[in-house]
Amino acid sequence: MPGQFGSVVVRKAWCAKLTQEMGCGRDHVWSSFVSTVCVVRDLVKTYPAARGRRGTPATPAVRATDGISLDVRRGEIFGLLGPNGAGKSTLVRQLTGLMRPDSGEVEVLGHDLVRHPERASRLIGYLGQESTALDELTVALAAETTGRLRGLALRAARAERDVVLEELGLTGIAGRPLKKLSGGQRRLACFAATLVGERAVLVLDEPTTGMDPVARRAVWAAVDRRRAEHGATVLLVTHNVIEAETVLDRVAVLERGKVIACDTPSGLKEQVAGEVRVELVWRERAPLDVPEVAALRGSAQESGRRWVLRLAPDEARAAVAAITGGAAFAALDDFTLATPSLEDVYLALGGRTKGLVKA
Amino acid sequence: MSIVPAEAVSGRPGTAADTPNRPDPAEPAPLAPRARLLPSLSAVYRAQLSRARVARIPLLFVATFQSVGIMVLMRGVVDGGAESRAVVAGSSVLVVAFVALNLLAQYFGQLRASGGLDHYATLPVPPAAVVLGAAGAYASFTVPGTVLTAVAGSVFFELPLTHLWVLVAVIPLSGAALAGLGAVLGLLAPRHEVATLLGQLGMSAALLLGVLPADRLPGALVYARDLLPSTYGVEALARTFDARPDWGAVGLDLAVCAAVGVFSLAVATRAYRRAAVR
Repeated sequence: MPGQFGSVVVRKAWCAKLTQEMGCGRDHVWSSFVSTVCVVRDLVKTYPAARGRRGTPATPAVRATDGISLDVRRGEIFGLLGPNGAGKSTLVRQLTGLMRPDSGEVEVLGHDLVRHPERASRLIGYLGQESTALDELTVALAAETTGRLRGLALRAARAERDVVLEELGLTGIAGRPLKKLSGGQRRLACFAATLVGERAVLVLDEPTTGMDPVARRAVWAAVDRRRAEHGATVLLVTHNVIEAETVLDRVAVLERGKVIACDTPSGLKEQVAGEVRVELVWRERAPLDVPEVAALRGSAQESGRRWVLRLAPDEARAAVAAITGGAAFAALDDFTLATPSLEDVYLALGGRTKGLVKA
Repeated sequence: MSIVPAEAVSGRPGTAADTPNRPDPAEPAPLAPRARLLPSLSAVYRAQLSRARVARIPLLFVATFQSVGIMVLMRGVVDGGAESRAVVAGSSVLVVAFVALNLLAQYFGQLRASGGLDHYATLPVPPAAVVLGAAGAYASFTVPGTVLTAVAGSVFFELPLTHLWVLVAVIPLSGAALAGLGAVLGLLAPRHEVATLLGQLGMSAALLLGVLPADRLPGALVYARDLLPSTYGVEALARTFDARPDWGAVGLDLAVCAAVGVFSLAVATRAYRRAAVR
């Protein structure tokens, strides 16, 4: 019908426009548009206060997610970045139906997961942080069993298992129990189990913890392949800024249960584009008797003999000139000038916790 | 943002007007199929059984040697007849109590405490499949130890081996009752240390109340003995050492085991559901 044809055209045009206009955290009129896979609105979860017992002090009530709103689009690798305790895992547990929010909305692929949390398992492939349920199984059986519990018939589960283990380079250790593997290999085996029994949305909670570079590459190649072939959407929890910069399409920065920023990694970095990161490493300790060094101390983050400064470009140039040209040079072991990383963004946005990893 | 006719976006007229903030998206995506009960039960059962090779075999040896040791110990105490039957039957069912009640309570307690239940809770698998698969596997672990103990005990105390085939019913039924109880304890205990403690206590009760002949127990303990599901498995097995067993009474004892099994596994399934979604 001509009318239907017309609406498809409009839809496509709007997709392009929306991609530019839609951010996260705000209520947009077309936020649950067809290209949006996951919509989160004003999600709140408070852990109740715990009474103190012998040896453990009382803890006040904690708002683990404090009014979080997000939109994740189809085919996107969307990251949740933040230090430990920022509320990333709590948020993910509410998205996967493992935890009921106190209030707010979660919609994945058009399904209301607050009202129907049991549907989450039929929409989302989830890789949690714990592997205890699979630890005593062999790699092959862990993948096969998970596939069968995802609704695959025995033959299909075995066929998919073989494909996924081959893809991730796990065939050689397929017969070994997860317990006997190194942390990174075990993590990769759990990731394999997550992939058997395909899902349109993958939620991965720190998938590459403990992995060597080869295993990491295998993970990101597998994710990319699913995105290219089936338009899979990935929601990734990480506290690793380097990983966030390289693999994510967009990232929401979490701090104490709130989204403090949400953009592409390069868009976020533009917010602190006016700054240069200066790292000074002193031989033994900073020569504070040199006036230029003493002046810089106020804006430096000190850790042992290492100083980190965030300065405007001309300030940075002046500082480096003063230090490398003057009396302080003898005390200097090494220095670097760098463009800011997502860690700098996090700190510039008011992040107070030092918990991000650079690796 | 600019305004676009709702039908241009959603393909369906009029829906956006009622919920301005939530236009109707295209049809919700189809859900992947659920895992059906029997296939997923067999998958869980197979996976659990394979764990035995890695983790359980030493404990199964312990369970068997414990029971054989108790029989050797009691040889000097009891003087044949009804008492020796009670000792052999009690020691055999003790293997079931050790594995199905104690070890399963520990397993579920640890799984729950470590967040391992999340794995199952994020898969479209019926809760009953997880509970029954694990309980069934743990009940199966008890088979070799129970058979060995019963045969060794019968030879040791010179009891007839004729009706030992009744183990075919005694093991699964008392296994169901005790594994159900173990799963309930493991899944409901607030901490995994408590689950371990309760499992141990349950097994100690089965040891004390099952192996010691009933007519030597003080009054209050006889009531406690009647409350413990393993007792009915012990009684059923003990009756079959008669030359002409009272099969009606055996059937009744086993029916009690079956009923407790059904009830406790149902409770365990509910407890799993509660534990999985916090």
